[in-house]
Amino acid sequence: MMNLQVQVRHTAAEEALLSAYSERAASLPGDERTAEKREQAVEILKKGLPNRRVEAWHYTDLRRLLSTVPAFEAATHLEQREPLLPGSVVLPVLNGIAKPMQELSDVSVATVTNELTDGSLAARLALAGTDDAIGAINAAFVTDGFALDIPADAALGHPIELQNVQAGGQVHTRFAVRAGERAKATIVERQLGDGAALVSSVSHLDVGDGAEVVYLIIQEQPDDARHLGQIYVKIGKDAKLTLFVMNTGGKLVRQELRIIAEGEGSEFRLRGVNLLAGDTHCDVTMILDHAAPHTVSTETIRNVVTGKAEGAFQGQIRVARDAQKTDAKMACNTLLLSDEGGFSSKPELEIFADDVACGHGATVTEIEPAHLFYLMARGIDEKTARGLLVKAFVAEVIEELEDEQVVEVLEGKLDAWFAAHG
Amino acid sequence: MLEIKNLHARIAEDGTEILRGVNLAVKPGEVAAIMGPNGSGKSTLSYVLAGRDDYEVTEGDILFKGQSILEMDPAERAATGIFLAFQYPMEIPGVATMEFLKVAMNAQRRARGEEELKIPELLKRVRTAAQELDMDMNMLKRPLNVGFSGGEKKRAEILQMKLLEPSLCVLDETDSGLDIDALKIVAEGVNALRSPDRTIVVITHYQRLLDYIVPDSVHVLYKGQVVKSGEKELAQELEKNGYAGLIGEAA
Repeated sequence: MMNLQVQVRHTAAEEALLSAYSERAASLPGDERTAEKREQAVEILKKGLPNRRVEAWHYTDLRRLLSTVPAFEAATHLEQREPLLPGSVVLPVLNGIAKPMQELSDVSVATVTNELTDGSLAARLALAGTDDAIGAINAAFVTDGFALDIPADAALGHPIELQNVQAGGQVHTRFAVRAGERAKATIVERQLGDGAALVSSVSHLDVGDGAEVVYLIIQEQPDDARHLGQIYVKIGKDAKLTLFVMNTGGKLVRQELRIIAEGEGSEFRLRGVNLLAGDTHCDVTMILDHAAPHTVSTETIRNVVTGKAEGAFQGQIRVARDAQKTDAKMACNTLLLSDEGGFSSKPELEIFADDVACGHGATVTEIEPAHLFYLMARGIDEKTARGLLVKAFVAEVIEELEDEQVVEVLEGKLDAWFAAHG
Repeated sequence: MLEIKNLHARIAEDGTEILRGVNLAVKPGEVAAIMGPNGSGKSTLSYVLAGRDDYEVTEGDILFKGQSILEMDPAERAATGIFLAFQYPMEIPGVATMEFLKVAMNAQRRARGEEELKIPELLKRVRTAAQELDMDMNMLKRPLNVGFSGGEKKRAEILQMKLLEPSLCVLDETDSGLDIDALKIVAEGVNALRSPDRTIVVITHYQRLLDYIVPDSVHVLYKGQVVKSGEKELAQELEKNGYAGLIGEAA
């Protein structure tokens, strides 16, 4: 039988990924089940990274934008960082290796290395589809991370910070958080470092029935790093989740949010802040399934674009036939501070139920000259006045987080970004 | 204090000439009223004084304390002591009023080489000024002018004026949208600011406000020029006879 194969001409980055796998496969942690998933992922990578003709990647041509893939670097000495929120318990992953941490009395913690070795993570290494490039890169190379289990009825007295610090090379990590029934927790997922790394980080968050979780993803990679993030979320019955995603750095960033509101009466809030400067390319892609009746969701994304930065938000909301009385509102607002930058917004609603309220809106605006004049007429110099107006645009979303400490810390991040890029 | 010489200004976008040779001189301590029918250029004059870049000055000059201000941006003009109380104050979502007051007061103090105010002193000043204007402090926790009624916005303008202590106050139609009680409070606020080293320019369509803020001089603006100047009786005359007679005279 003739075996016709489409010959793919690999880019330098694709070659680098494939040869890195050949070199590293034997030393990667995992049993047979894990190894099998890794092989499946590599088969996908062999077909080439998705380009703009692949619908999910239309605004982020990964094949073109991921121009180089750095070699793995032996772990240099790295210290964990101060937590975002004072008083947090920090679980650090330094250059891809989970560090032993303090005992947590109310939460059980496992390392991902162990779960790869015993095969218990294998099922979660499955890809979301043939276009799941982030999943494929991560499944092929993942080495470590943390898995947390918060018991039912626990109310954590302190935030937990999953701190992923890179010092260059490649870092492929995973995190998992399971919040038991009626548990209450604030989790920070911190993505940072100071190298020109390629980072892939995949998280799973299960919010149990009646649980209330605030999950903050703070991506503040240096300007020459590439960050590929993914989070899978399940929200149980009557549970509440606030997912906050902030991107303030990175040369190439894609954050995929795959959320299923699977419990009746659950509430989901997505708040996103993208501060884009220089020649960064940042893509936030959300797929939200309203799978149960009486589920409520609101999604608000605010973007500030300066320099030659490019951004995209793809927001897909799917309402299942049974998910009657779904209430979903999505908005993406962009403040464009430069003629050379840009932002694309692609909302998509797929509604199979007949009794729902779903809406979306997108705006792109510039600083209102009348507002600027008003502030300057009170003696506020132009730079400060612009800063106030830009900050106001973003702060509206941050202030919805209500927790004063969180708001204050995040507004501090805003100030730091404006000081550097405003 | 303020000297406007043969001032010509047009709308930057389409070149429409609005001010066609305004001449006006106001002394320190003087309260001058500028009156005129709609479309005579009153608001344009106030914006040009404050430095709004929607307008271009094509001829003439504006001297403030003997110096031309034409090259200054709005913030620099404010720091030298010019204050415009807006006819339509801007609503600015996300900027808390209190934060705005703090930034504005300290920006001006810095520009003048004065030390910044510490929070307690600042709060004290704001509280005192708000009380005098019968304003609720809770209002100042809200975003700037957002959800304020017309009267509240005008009061907030006067509050800013009190706190910033300008040497030239320009009030653009401050009476519009005010009921009589609010008008009295606002007028009292303005009168309290009268001082020998401060100049106040009241722009208004109607005589009503001038019953409460009694001017030293009255100037009639028509088709972009000051066509008549006089003392406070001129305003009463205008109220009685309207602008028609005067306009006929000027034409």
